Amino acid sequence: MNKSGLIEALSRKENITEKKAVEVVNLIFKGFTEELKKGGRIEIRGLGSFVVRDYEAYTGRNPKTGKNIEVSPKKLPFFKVGKELKEKVDR
Amino acid sequence: MTKIDIIQDVYEKLGFSKKDSARIVESVFEIMKECLGRGEKIKISGFGNFVVKEKKSRRGRNPQTGKEIEISARRVLTFKSSQVLRKALNG
Repeated sequence: MNKSGLIEALSRKENITEKKAVEVVNLIFKGFTEELKKGGRIEIRGLGSFVVRDYEAYTGRNPKTGKNIEVSPKKLPFFKVGKELKEKVDR
Repeated sequence: MTKIDIIQDVYEKLGFSKKDSARIVESVFEIMKECLGRGEKIKISGFGNFVVKEKKSRRGRNPQTGKEIEISARRVLTFKSSQVLRKALNG
């Protein structure tokens, strides 16, 4: 399922126009992005939580050429699946 | 950020009642959970992909006792952030 599939399913389930469903879905994921940009944490009960993790700089290697490369410090989003969804997926 | 903040955002910006905003936001996450529960992946462009992966059974070790144990085959949920999101966090 992609974003338009989610929008379509929401529009059908909630009996709202596709235009409104687009706005809802965009608002949610834009809100997530903004929160993570601020370094905040998102917790959706039943689904999971998102945090930003800080990674320090390290010397890596290009596996193709074997050359050393400096990897600068970076931030990466991390998702931890919630208990309910974890169980649902593993059924 | 939790569901309450998202519901408030939908209520303030999209013109739904408080009650409808709560139900609609809940529905978005319900649809996602059902989809992932079926083993289907979800791709949200600009944010990331939620993918259900099949893990084979393998031998592991109880880190506390050092005893070897069989880790059963299972399905786990992974999240791969989109490049757009990663760029936004490091911008």
